[in-house]
Formats: sequence, structure tokens, C-alpha cells
Amino acid sequence: MQNVIVFGSNSTIARSVIDKLALERCNFYLFAREKSQLELQINDLKVKYPDINVSADAYDALVDTGEILNGKIKQAFDQLGRVDLVFIAHGNLPNQSACEENWQDANSALKVNGLSIIEICHNVAKRLKEQQQGTIAVISSVAGERGRQSNYVYGTAKGMINIYLQGLRNSLYPHNVHVLTIMPGFVDTKMTTEFKKGLLWAKPEKVANDIVKAIHAKKNVIYTPWFWRIIMRIIKLIPENKFKKMKL
Amino acid sequence: MIEQYSWGRIKASKPAQIDFPSANYSFLQRELQYLAKGNLRSYGDEAYNDNGIILNTLHLDHFIHFDRANGVLELESGVLLEQILNLIVPCGWFLPVTPGTKYITVGGAVANDVHGKNHHKVGSFGCFVDSFTLLRSDGLIYQCSRELNSHYFYATIGGMGLTGIILRVKLNLLTVNNHAIVTKAYKFRNLEHYMELNAELERQSTYTVAWIDCLASGRSLGRGVYYTGEHAGYLERLPAINYNKRTFPFTPTKSLINGLTLKAFNTLYYNRPVAKSPQLVHYDPFFYPLDKLLNWNRIYGRKGFYQYQCVIPNAASDAMREILRRISISGNGSFLAVLKTFGSISSGGMMSFPRPGLALALDFANRGNSTLDLFRSLDDIVLTHGGAIYAAKDATQSREVFEAGYPQLNEFIKYIDPLFSSNLWRRLYGN
Repeated sequence: MQNVIVFGSNSTIARSVIDKLALERCNFYLFAREKSQLELQINDLKVKYPDINVSADAYDALVDTGEILNGKIKQAFDQLGRVDLVFIAHGNLPNQSACEENWQDANSALKVNGLSIIEICHNVAKRLKEQQQGTIAVISSVAGERGRQSNYVYGTAKGMINIYLQGLRNSLYPHNVHVLTIMPGFVDTKMTTEFKKGLLWAKPEKVANDIVKAIHAKKNVIYTPWFWRIIMRIIKLIPENKFKKMKL
Repeated sequence: MIEQYSWGRIKASKPAQIDFPSANYSFLQRELQYLAKGNLRSYGDEAYNDNGIILNTLHLDHFIHFDRANGVLELESGVLLEQILNLIVPCGWFLPVTPGTKYITVGGAVANDVHGKNHHKVGSFGCFVDSFTLLRSDGLIYQCSRELNSHYFYATIGGMGLTGIILRVKLNLLTVNNHAIVTKAYKFRNLEHYMELNAELERQSTYTVAWIDCLASGRSLGRGVYYTGEHAGYLERLPAINYNKRTFPFTPTKSLINGLTLKAFNTLYYNRPVAKSPQLVHYDPFFYPLDKLLNWNRIYGRKGFYQYQCVIPNAASDAMREILRRISISGNGSFLAVLKTFGSISSGGMMSFPRPGLALALDFANRGNSTLDLFRSLDDIVLTHGGAIYAAKDATQSREVFEAGYPQLNEFIKYIDPLFSSNLWRRLYGN
């Protein structure tokens, strides 16, 4: 890896992934929503890794679509030259009951966690195809594997991404472009501050480690930590008849 | 409901809400009380704010600027000392003062004016704070230094987080050649022998600390092992470090530290052979021996544990003997009982704990009333001899002991932020 674009660079997991890639001397073009946070992040990286190049631009997944997004991504590609990795880590955890009450909430949750990610993939896929090399790595979630009453709006968006990435992986394979779907379980991040943490919770550093390894190893789908693969296999095996009666 | 545990794990705290502070944070819920928390390494209730708003500083974790030529580091308050060391040591710099764990935030180090093994030579953490920014509930950010807003500067150093939230800190670092420490160990037979040894060694040595056998009694009262350390000079071969950390995997129902295990450990530890010549070690095991076992606090079981740390002025070494005698009789206490003399260099922090004298720190499994009774009897000695209890470790001291230990308290109270409070503060002063 040499040149990396990150969307949602200020998320806890993304920051940890960036740290690990910076040790490999990657150069970065970062996208995050808050300009002030981006400035802090650039300073932080310059202090820690004085010999890498970091550029950044603010973007809002709900607002910056179409031509605006295209312009921003073009700028990133122009600046970096060849791009080796596009890592997409933006998203939020919507309040399920608010989404059930209010379509606006559900609509924006689906856009931020689903459509906006697909639009970025769509855009960068074309460019990586031209390059005939590169990797797209996207943070999805185990929530996208089965709809549950506690967070099915978020799960829907993530499920949409999972299917999209399967297709994209298939379509980009002949062009030497790799697609990685990342399925984290519960991670102790800003997003999950108010949750009570138990045995199944992982530290972002652990998840970031798994992600970087999977990028290098060109894995297709990873569960992180690994035991979520087993948990989700079991959850997917429960017949719908039974599942609909469960409180999950 | 969110629960938080401080390091002693005596009791969970239940804040109403957790927020992420930032430079433009607004204090909207004026009916609730606010408190910043870092990495929850204080032992008692200092970082608890039941039914209030906790401002989690762990996400204020950016470095702002590092002047590599002059050793000046500016950073956000939630950065851990570990992250600082990882950055600065390869560049030839070190923390001028460090406590016994690197898993605390720099904001917490300021708010407790932490001390290290070199207090007798250089003073406490606050001595090396060039300046910081403080966000108060009036929405203003105060630049604080010895010249600028100096009353907030001196109230916040050691101010237990009650003066507002520290956003950024600018630190002066210590220059070193490498990551190595030259250390030497000496055995002492009892407290008198410690005093003799200490008088000589603390003049010569940068870092000094002593482990004591808290169960020894009679003529062996206060026996232990004294360690000194210096940063190494130029070396061709550096000591390596094994970075494999272990995690204590579960919380046992009962404390694993009891009379039997303690007696066995202390006897073995005191009688183990001590190298006559100086040893070269990595700084990590020298400064942070306990960090190697993550979550070691679980060893004390579900009821958790207290740490008792007091300082007794120099003139009163008889008082320390009495404290050690009572602990020895109680049969409680811990593997890690630490004795250290503080020097006279002060950071100026109004509520700073370190002051010239003899400081003792040790852990006690929570055995309910018998532990609290022991603390009350120790508190009496501390009170009578003009000593103080360290707020970062405290969960039990009374208002009387607290007020006697901190003579600048009335001045400090003027600078407490009206919307900030903590369980510790409410325990001492009510609402």
C-alpha cells in the first residue's frame, strides 16, 4: 500500500487503521464530515509520522453527492496519482425507535449507512478499473446479515452494502481490483459509548489489526473478531418461524 | 444504563449521560452536574459523577505539535502517557515525571498533579506543564499558564477535575539518550534502615522507590527493598523488552490476595537474591511493572479494593512507624506496598498532594467495615501529624481529614466551576 483514500477518517476504527497504515509509510487523502476534526487529525498524523503526506477534504455523506462527490474524489485521485486503497468507514448508529416513528430518520439512516457508501464505491470503482489495480475496503456490519427488531433499519443499509459489494467484487475481479467486506461485531467506539460492554466487545485496535491484515491478504469477507463468523452462522440458521418470536 | 468502574472496582458509577467534549462544547443541561473522566485509573470516586454528565476525554486524543528540537509537546488532554512515550522516546525525549502506570491520560496527570520516583529531585507533573486550555461552563476557553489566568492554572493542577475540562496541554519534556534505565536494588532491614539508606541514596539518584513488606513486624517492621534508577548514557546495545501483555481474565468471587498468599509472597520477595551490580533494563518494567498484567485490579475479586496513600511530613517518621505497625497487625495489605520520600519542589498546585515527607501507598481488599475501621485509625494518625490523603486514590476520607490536609482549600474552592462536581466532592461537601 502506498496511496490511500479514507472516507469517515475520523471514526475510531478508521483512525486506528490509518495509524497502522502510516507505519507502512502510506500517504493519505482523508475525508470526514467535520473540518475542525480533520485539521486535528492532520496535525496528529504530522506529529506522529513526519515523513508521510496527508491531505484532506470535508464531506457530508448526506449532502455531497453526484457531481460534488465526483469532484472531490477526482481531486483526491489527481493528488495521489495512483490509488492503492479506498477505505470507507463512515456511518452512524441510528436510533431504531426514532426510525420507526419518523420516516425522515429512517431515510437519512439508510442514506448515510447504505446509499452514500454505494455511491462512493460506484465512483471509485470506475477509476480503479482504469488503473487496473487497487482495493476497496468497506466497513459493513454483522447487523446486515439478518433483520432484528432492535436495529433493522441500520441492518437494512448494511445488508444492501453486503449484496452490492458481492456484485462489485465479482465485476471488478477481471480488472485486478479487490473488494473487501468488513463485518465487525460489537466494537468499543464513539458510536457505542452508551452500551454496556461485555465479553463480546472488541477494542478498535484489534479490529483495525484484522482489517489491515485482511487488506494485505486480499480477503473477500472478514468477521472481526473472528468468532462473529460462528455467531452469525448460528443466527442465520434459526428458522424464521422461531426467529420472529425471539427478542434480539 | 451505562456503568463505569474506577480502578478499585468497589462500586459502579451510574452517570445519566456520557458526552464527547470538544472546543465548542455547550453546557446545555444546566440542571445536571458535569465532570470529565479520562481512562478511569483513579482508584476511588474521584472520576465518578452519578446522575450527572460525564465528559469522556478519551476521544480528545490528538497530538497538536511536537517541537523535536526543544522537547515541547502540545496535545489534547485524552492522550495516554503510553501514546506519548511511544512518540517521544525514539526521538530522545522522556516524560519528566511519570506515575506507576502509563495508562492514564495527560489531562488526568494534570488534574491529579501526579508524582513519580523522581519527586525528590524534580517535583511533580505540574512542574513541567507549560500551559493548558481550560473549558468552563460559561462556554469560555481559558488559556492558563503561570502568567496567564494563573489562578485557574494553579487551581486546575491537582484540582481533581473540578475547575472545568482541560482540553489541551503543553508539556516540557526531558532529554534522554535511549530507552534504557540503569537500576540497582538494596535491601533494608526495617524503617530506620530505610531512612538511613534513603538519606544517602536520594542525594545520588534520580529515581528512588522502595517496596516494603507490609506484614513484617517487631524489629523487622518496615523491611523491604530499595530501588534506584538513572537514565542510561550512550549505549551500543540496548536492553530489549518483551511487549507481550497479559490480561487477568476474570473477576474471582473472592479476593485472591489474603493472609496466606500475601505472607508467602512477601517472604519470598524479601528473601529473593538481589543483584549487587547495577542492571540495565528497558524503562517499561522499571516504571510500569504492573502494566504488564492488564486488569490486575480484578485479582481483588468482586468486592474490589481500596488503595490507601498518605504522606506524613518529614519530622514525623514515628507516625509512619505507627501506621506500618497497625497495617501489619491488621494482616491486610498488598503485594505492592510502596514507600517514597517527596522533596520540597512544588508545582504550586493549590490541591497538590505531594509535599516534603514520607509517602506510603498500598492496596487493601475490600473487607467491609474492618477495612474502613483500619483506614479511620490510619486517618487519625495522618490528621494528628499534619499529613494528607491522595484524592486520586481515595474513597473514604472524611471532610475533617481532607480539610486539614489541604491548607489552600478555601482559595481553591473559589475556582471550582459552578456546574462541575464529582462523587468525591459530594461525599466531602454534600450537594
